[in-house]
Amino acid sequence: MTGAMQPGASWQGWLRPDGRKGIRDGILVVYLVECAHHVARRIVEAADDARVQLIGFPGCYPNDYALAMMKALTTHPNVGGVVLVSLGCESFNREALAAALTEAGRPHETVVIQRAGGTRAAIAAGGAAVARVRADADAQAVRVPMGLGDLVVGTICGGSDGTSGITANPAVGRAFDALVDAGATCIFEETSELIGCEAHMHRRATSPAVGAAIVAAVEHAERYCRAMGYGSFAPGNAEGGLSSQEEKSAGAYAKSGNRPISGVLVPAQIPAGPGLYLLDVVPPGDPKFGFPNIVDNAEIGELMASGAHVTLFTTGRGSVVGSAIAPVIKVCANPETFARMHEDMDVDAGRILDGAATLDDVTAEIVALIQRTAAGAETKSEALGHREFVLTYKATGPAGPSCLAA
Amino acid sequence: MSAAAALRLSPEDNVVVCRRPVLKGERVEVDGHVLIVADDVGLGHKLALVPLAIGDKVLKYGMPIGSMTQAALPGSWVHMHNMKSDYMPAHLRDAQGDRA
Repeated sequence: MTGAMQPGASWQGWLRPDGRKGIRDGILVVYLVECAHHVARRIVEAADDARVQLIGFPGCYPNDYALAMMKALTTHPNVGGVVLVSLGCESFNREALAAALTEAGRPHETVVIQRAGGTRAAIAAGGAAVARVRADADAQAVRVPMGLGDLVVGTICGGSDGTSGITANPAVGRAFDALVDAGATCIFEETSELIGCEAHMHRRATSPAVGAAIVAAVEHAERYCRAMGYGSFAPGNAEGGLSSQEEKSAGAYAKSGNRPISGVLVPAQIPAGPGLYLLDVVPPGDPKFGFPNIVDNAEIGELMASGAHVTLFTTGRGSVVGSAIAPVIKVCANPETFARMHEDMDVDAGRILDGAATLDDVTAEIVALIQRTAAGAETKSEALGHREFVLTYKATGPAGPSCLAA
Repeated sequence: MSAAAALRLSPEDNVVVCRRPVLKGERVEVDGHVLIVADDVGLGHKLALVPLAIGDKVLKYGMPIGSMTQAALPGSWVHMHNMKSDYMPAHLRDAQGDRA
């Protein structure tokens, strides 16, 4: 690896009106119902600019969670401007979303396909809107120094196997420790992949209330998974040597490192201050709309909605995904996977297995790569054009006790 | 390669994790134990370190990760054919043709 920054070094970020700083200046084209997806995709394709990215929500029925997620994502500090694409008759509250964008000081426009005169006219109107919004975003851009203490970093694992829990996940855990010590905000999640770890997490809570919230979240996740009939355990996990949900959990939990847990967040809730947080991705109550998150990118979306500038994605079997809005850094746990899929992997944590690198070597590489990525370097998934995004229905409940953060 | 073929993650553990694929009949030394590998086992999979009986908790990272449903001798592969979750069932695909 080259060009590692020294701790405390800073880069130029984008200052947003709410005081948060971004590491990218994306222009989002947002379809508000599946019926507007094609038009929005064509607008993005015509822009032919990696900065112009597609996100959206497919459903026609209204959903408080989807609106809250969209408000959080479109006002994310990595986003400079937004074009909303509506069919016209869907239930999504586009006026409320536009009002949130105005309040957040983001340049934005709305294209309504039924008003514009159909597909062709809406694609043309959307292209013009993207050009205006991008120019406005550039005109009002405020560049400021930014350091590790300004960052919110999320972590997830996907395609876990028997190596994940002994290489990539503990390396990310140590990187989280270093980031928290540097004043950053770190978020781990996948409550249903922490089943069996609740007692240990309880001991790491900064207060009895946070500890109780952690245990309650995991107990609820277990009830929810039982009702759905499945945990998060997938066939590939078994092929890779994992034999049970709790074995997968124990390995996944290593991503959280060793620092105290300052609070429990719900998706789209912004942490109250720096430190380490658990994002509870399992919705309250009995299962209503299905699985808590249908796929890894749904979880990445929730980390971003809670402010993550960048996501550390550990994988054993070999995921290839990236994300719209916030870069994904792929930490590959398994040396056999890395040998096959190195073009998709940012960090080769499997070197730990044969003694070619120590856990601390890989940890330092991850922290340095976060800094380079924040300074503008493309991750592997960004360079390959991955900008995945998925948002589905979910029930909402009260926010967790992150306000109890020390 | 100097590193041992298998890794005991915590002193309480009764299984070890393969740092590379191991072959049936191979002799593996780990943490003062000598195992003769009973099955071909892939990277990241587990071997029994001590004799395991039906109902025994499987310990990895010092944590219980399930219970034995079949007995296993030291050096045997420990996986879903002889252990199960204490929390919830797993699901599998029937065909694994891509592992040829």
